[in-house]
Amino acid sequence: MANMENDIIEIVAKQAKVDGATLKADTRLSELDLQSIDIIELIFAIEDKFDIEVPYSPNDLNSAGISFETIGDLVGAVERLTAEQHAQKSV
Amino acid sequence: MNRVVITGLGIISPLGNNVEDVTASLRAGRGAIGPLTNIPIEGLNTKIGAEVRNFDPNAHFSDKQLPLLDRCAQFALAASREAIKQSGLSFRDGLGPHTATIIGSGVGGLGTLDESFHRLYAQGSKRAHPLTIPKLMISAAMSHITMEHGITGPSFTVASACASANHAMGVAFHMVRSGSVDIAVTGGTESVFTFGTIKAWEALRVMAPDTCRPFSRNRLGMVLGEGAAIVVLENRARAEARGATILGEVAGFGMSSDAADIVLPSMTGSASAMQACLTDAGLRPEDIGYINAHGTGTLANDITETKAIHAVFGDHAKKLAVSSTKSMHGHALGASGALEFAATVIGLREGFIPPTINFTEADPECDLDYVPNEARAARVEVAMSNSFAFGGHNAVLAIRR
Repeated sequence: MANMENDIIEIVAKQAKVDGATLKADTRLSELDLQSIDIIELIFAIEDKFDIEVPYSPNDLNSAGISFETIGDLVGAVERLTAEQHAQKSV
Repeated sequence: MNRVVITGLGIISPLGNNVEDVTASLRAGRGAIGPLTNIPIEGLNTKIGAEVRNFDPNAHFSDKQLPLLDRCAQFALAASREAIKQSGLSFRDGLGPHTATIIGSGVGGLGTLDESFHRLYAQGSKRAHPLTIPKLMISAAMSHITMEHGITGPSFTVASACASANHAMGVAFHMVRSGSVDIAVTGGTESVFTFGTIKAWEALRVMAPDTCRPFSRNRLGMVLGEGAAIVVLENRARAEARGATILGEVAGFGMSSDAADIVLPSMTGSASAMQACLTDAGLRPEDIGYINAHGTGTLANDITETKAIHAVFGDHAKKLAVSSTKSMHGHALGASGALEFAATVIGLREGFIPPTINFTEADPECDLDYVPNEARAARVEVAMSNSFAFGGHNAVLAIRR
């Protein structure tokens, strides 16, 4: 799923206004200059790119069972959500 | 400076469509958040809200009037009738030029805009209804109030997102206090339940999926509401001279701007508006017995507001009652300050503090007395009503019994 990781890095880089080459799977989102509204825009961009719904709520960070700490976490979550939600659609 | 009293109150809200019904709901702690019934919910994650129910436009308005009235204007106009009837005032016998009409709204006729664009973009219609513009403009509700009642003094609409109604009522208060008008018809109105609006609110990730639990640790966000509350403010000496029933007194008004973030609340901005209100009213912190909080039920607001109350009230913070009636009537955005002003006036007058319902789990970061779940009998002399808007615009009113 290297393509997915590259796509997500590109989205994060654009939102955080940094060079994508500086971002790795273990880069923590908290290291980047992302305000809460940036995170919400980031999730929106990911949802739009992969045609999925990410159950992210700043009011309830644990409800979805998804960690948003590192870029790798984000890639893992998108892989899982894409598999789950696209499987549902094809049923 | 003149003292300013409240001589009329009218409400269309999820808690009832007149003052009497709203009083009963507030006293019983009966919330109005439930499944959305007026819009299609297929494709929405948020399927709940606090809707105005049992409001039949045809029972309030003629066939000739209705094409001009967005739902938010219908609410405002209906509420203005109740408020003005209660005040006993008539504006066509010389009083009109001495009366202001100042109404707050966040977005105005959104339903009208949504419907018109849906026809054009989705249904391929080639034309818009000729009354679309005068129906959707944010000032339309206010315009209809002036026309129906013949109020010919200063008139305008105030928009500051969720603080719109408090800013409108605060400016109206200042105008009566200064003597530039004798009377002001003021308040707020909002009606934003459309598919597109809910989608847009969902995208901000601040909506609770089930209900609104302000200050409770298990809160999941805000729940939208709708409605209007209209009040008549009057020069106290004038009201007393004509023997009007006085429902309460506006004691002070404070404003501030965070100048910081378009969505995140600021502790210092909220606190400085509360402090400005105390100063304007000539009150000490210990004079306040109750605060009707902004209390949206989001993680950020409720902690920030709690800290701001601590900062302003010091030791007294733990002694005063704080509640969020949004737990019952939802967040009616540009009308919320007016609905909460009404709830505060009713509580002061009827001798009870409206509760924060759905409060099931204390949050160590929200450590005040939130009047959980049940209204409390109390004789409060002075209360405050907070509104803190997106954009960082804070407006706080003080109300004396």
